[in-house]
Amino acid sequence: MTFILTAVLVLGVTGLVLGLVLYAVSRKFKVEEDPRVAQITRLLPSANCGGCGFPGCAAFAEACVKSDSMEGLKCAAAGKKVMQQIAEIAGHSIDQGVEKVAVVKCNGSCANRPKTGVYDGAKSCAAAALMNGGDTGCFYGCLGCGDCVKACRFDAIHMDPETGLPVVDFDKCTACGACAKACPRHVIELRNKNKMDRRVYVSCVNKDKGPVAKKACAMACIGCGKCVKACQFEAITLENNLAYIDFDKCRLCRKCVDECPQHCIVAVNFPEKEPIDNQ
Amino acid sequence: MNTFKIGGVHPNSNKLTAGKKIEVLGLPAQAVFPLSQHIGAPAVPCVQKGDSVLVGTRIADPGGFMSASIHSSVSGKVAKIDSIVDASGLRKPAIFIDVEGDEWEPSIDRSDKLVLQSNMSREEIVERIKNCGIVGMGGACFPTHVKLTPPKDYVIDTLIINAVECEPYLTADHRLLLEYPDQIVIGIKVMLKVLGIDRAVIGIEENKPDAIDLMKAKISMVSGIEVMPLKMKYPQGGEKQLIEAVTGRQVPPPPALPASVGCVVQNVGTVFAIYEAVMKNKPLIDRIVTVTGKEVANPCNLKVRMGTPVSQLIEYAGGMPADTGKLISGGPMMGRPLLDDTAPVVKGTSGVLMLPRSEAARHEERNCIRCAKCVQACPMGLEPYLLATASERSEWTLAEENWIMSCIECGCCQSTCPSRRPLLDWVRLAKNRVGGIIRARNAKN
Amino acid sequence: MDQKLYVTTSPHVHCGDTIERNMRWVIWALMPALFASFYVFGVGALIVTATSVASCVFFEWFISRFMYTTHRSSISDLSAVITGILLAFNMPSNMPLYMIVIGALVAIGVGKMVFGGLGCNPFNPALVGRVFLLISFPAKMTSWPVPAGFATSYIDAETGATPLNLIGQIAGGNSAAADQLPSLGDMFMGNIGGCIGEVSALMLIIGFVILLCSRVITWHIPVAIIATVAALTGIMWLINPVLYVNPLYHLCSGGLMLGAIFMATDYVTSPMSTKGMVWYGIGIGLLTVIIRYFGSYPEGMSFAILIMNAVTPLINNWCKPKRFGEVKK
Repeated sequence: MTFILTAVLVLGVTGLVLGLVLYAVSRKFKVEEDPRVAQITRLLPSANCGGCGFPGCAAFAEACVKSDSMEGLKCAAAGKKVMQQIAEIAGHSIDQGVEKVAVVKCNGSCANRPKTGVYDGAKSCAAAALMNGGDTGCFYGCLGCGDCVKACRFDAIHMDPETGLPVVDFDKCTACGACAKACPRHVIELRNKNKMDRRVYVSCVNKDKGPVAKKACAMACIGCGKCVKACQFEAITLENNLAYIDFDKCRLCRKCVDECPQHCIVAVNFPEKEPIDNQ
Repeated sequence: MNTFKIGGVHPNSNKLTAGKKIEVLGLPAQAVFPLSQHIGAPAVPCVQKGDSVLVGTRIADPGGFMSASIHSSVSGKVAKIDSIVDASGLRKPAIFIDVEGDEWEPSIDRSDKLVLQSNMSREEIVERIKNCGIVGMGGACFPTHVKLTPPKDYVIDTLIINAVECEPYLTADHRLLLEYPDQIVIGIKVMLKVLGIDRAVIGIEENKPDAIDLMKAKISMVSGIEVMPLKMKYPQGGEKQLIEAVTGRQVPPPPALPASVGCVVQNVGTVFAIYEAVMKNKPLIDRIVTVTGKEVANPCNLKVRMGTPVSQLIEYAGGMPADTGKLISGGPMMGRPLLDDTAPVVKGTSGVLMLPRSEAARHEERNCIRCAKCVQACPMGLEPYLLATASERSEWTLAEENWIMSCIECGCCQSTCPSRRPLLDWVRLAKNRVGGIIRARNAKN
Repeated sequence: MDQKLYVTTSPHVHCGDTIERNMRWVIWALMPALFASFYVFGVGALIVTATSVASCVFFEWFISRFMYTTHRSSISDLSAVITGILLAFNMPSNMPLYMIVIGALVAIGVGKMVFGGLGCNPFNPALVGRVFLLISFPAKMTSWPVPAGFATSYIDAETGATPLNLIGQIAGGNSAAADQLPSLGDMFMGNIGGCIGEVSALMLIIGFVILLCSRVITWHIPVAIIATVAALTGIMWLINPVLYVNPLYHLCSGGLMLGAIFMATDYVTSPMSTKGMVWYGIGIGLLTVIIRYFGSYPEGMSFAILIMNAVTPLINNWCKPKRFGEVKK
């Protein structure tokens, strides 16, 4: 009986003493931290995706509190509402800007862009891009090894096995920019999401001259300039045999889509046009 | 017998054309000259569409200090200045010349007579080498006039001639030694004069006993030049490995240069080109190319005009075998894959190799089994398994800490890996990224 | 030509080596020892080895087929076969079948597959299985049949002390045990008690030569271990020849040769640079001698190797190969 009592007493006292020591140490060596940092960190998605440019959500929260404004500070993954709350906690005003989404600017599917060689090296777009032009006639387009898929933390981009091109899930995409940074050929761009999730873009990054581009891919931009002429809002520019639509100027009228002889301008989430002879 | 101490592998040498005398290939119908055939800035065209040129006419000027000029290897008219997919596998700007006849610049001495002496001064010789567009012919294509005039703070004591030719299949340098030994000796004497030193060593791998004996006989009456047979091991022909085998000195890691250990290394093909430039006033317009492969009908060593499309060489050798899996410019360990046979022969094209599908296709990659064979094989003492994994995970700091910038991309590691991992693919990626980080760091300081 | 060219970069050729080629040579190198143990222990040796190999292969197949979702580790790479043989070599020849199967499950499942398959495990799988069995079934794992040639029965073999037991007794002061120690000749050839694979030093050395000639391993690890053990036990023998036996007895007894040549040289768990391999070998030798003389287990090799397996990542960090152009400060 005394044996049990002794054991309980010894362990109990030890526990109590150690507990007091821990308490004292935690008070003495406490790291003073602005409570706002913890508040903001709790609001963030904790994906640590790096889209904000900081090494992790805690670092971003700290930056928000330490800086005097929200300039250059944006968590694309958190969304507009949360960013508003974060700005309020940090005590700054915030200009949210326009919602963006990742867009894959390449029509070079297996059907459109035939293979001219075989690539059996490391499964990495970054490594393949350093080697040579690649296994197709287009030295600019998507390489298909999936660096973008590996980079995405939100499960928002996947390779389509039939076309060999990546497909973005617009609902999951937070426009953090990881896939755009991962792509060595800069095929992926963050463009305005717009109302009703609609956008128009030139789905090509090929800078070769027209005949070379066309030989490589059936839906390549040949730099003919018809879209530039068609656009009433001066949203399209032609440089290095490649057309580019400025997403701030584009009014989604889709005149360029009809004009393009290569059908390489893509219009997303629009209803089907009425056939002309129905008028 | 001397050799380098760390690493190395022993691929089958397959020197199918070692006994084949050099044959002269006919002129092409159109010659294509990419503007970037050398290390450094691309050359700048000095001709336009429609201009007439002769063999030896300069068609492009150096684009900067580290650059080289380009001369036409044919006579005819400039058809266009456009782009072509060259051995780099990218579309590069190039000068296209339609060939008409075979008229040479009158200043070039076309006779076979051996010219023993030149009265030119050191500076004049360097200027002649520069004006003739001479670059390293071993594959790296470093502008030779820059290499032969190292900065004053480097003290050079040894000129090393790289006649090792450690790449399997290639025999261009071997045939050059056998068929033009006198010209090579004279070329070496010219280079010794330019460098102002009195010691040259010709490094030859032991699998070329006829060349070793011949060169030993040729230099027996000449002071200052010696022939050093070297143990057969790849990559003995790598600049750093060759310097260690010949002098015992190890070049420190980048950015140190071979000149920092007192050595200048030149390929034996470059030596021959220097002879022709200095003694015959002939710019770099042709070179020896080995066309080879186990299934090639007529493997041969050809003297080819620069700008000839590779398809013409392949046709001369009997056509591309039906089972060809890879068309390579250079050797099987470090050569560049050609996307098709329209690429032109350039200053660095040492060989055209056609590998059958069974050899060219890679096996499926498996997990690293940590056998350390890549570590044993690496001639630079690196750990390829670690560098490749660091690259896969984008850990550039880890790669830099493990000396990745010392990698010479010889391919020993990947060629021994039992798991068939694409080690060199990943290491190249990391070298590219780490190189960028280092440049950015240096620019900031 | 209608077939497309490969556009992948250099190197374009390969020496032809594969994982399977290396594994096959290891299996060949183990055959002399297996034959010797059949000669010494009879059919029991073969039964144990066959059961162990079959179980290991089965478990590896089962786990990778039903529990792996991504890369399918294939049993055709023969590494499970080798784990099976080495596990069997670490057991006495009268080991009951169910214990062998349990050992195989732990060796493959816990020793290898849990970490991701070939190349991912930090500890030698056969040793993980062996140590598990030693702790779980200490009686069966430490009673070895007395060698009676081909006629030795599988289950009913008479058991007796092994040279390693005797060495331990001698060190403890029992000088009578010295008379029972078999001759060095017997120990070298293998006519002694012990685990299946460890008895014949001669056959194991033949295996070592096979591994070296087929370029599967380098000499550094086995030589470092054997030299360290020989040196340490030699010093102790010189200090007190009554208590501490001749180093040659140590080299030929217990799992020393088997461990030094086949277990410590396992690719996945050993260091990657020759400098690291030598330190690894020295560490194993040191720990083996310490456990043999100053620990309560007669055999220290398995524990020594497992401990040094844990140190291997540190060795890899500290012992880098000599870099070209490195200037030693």
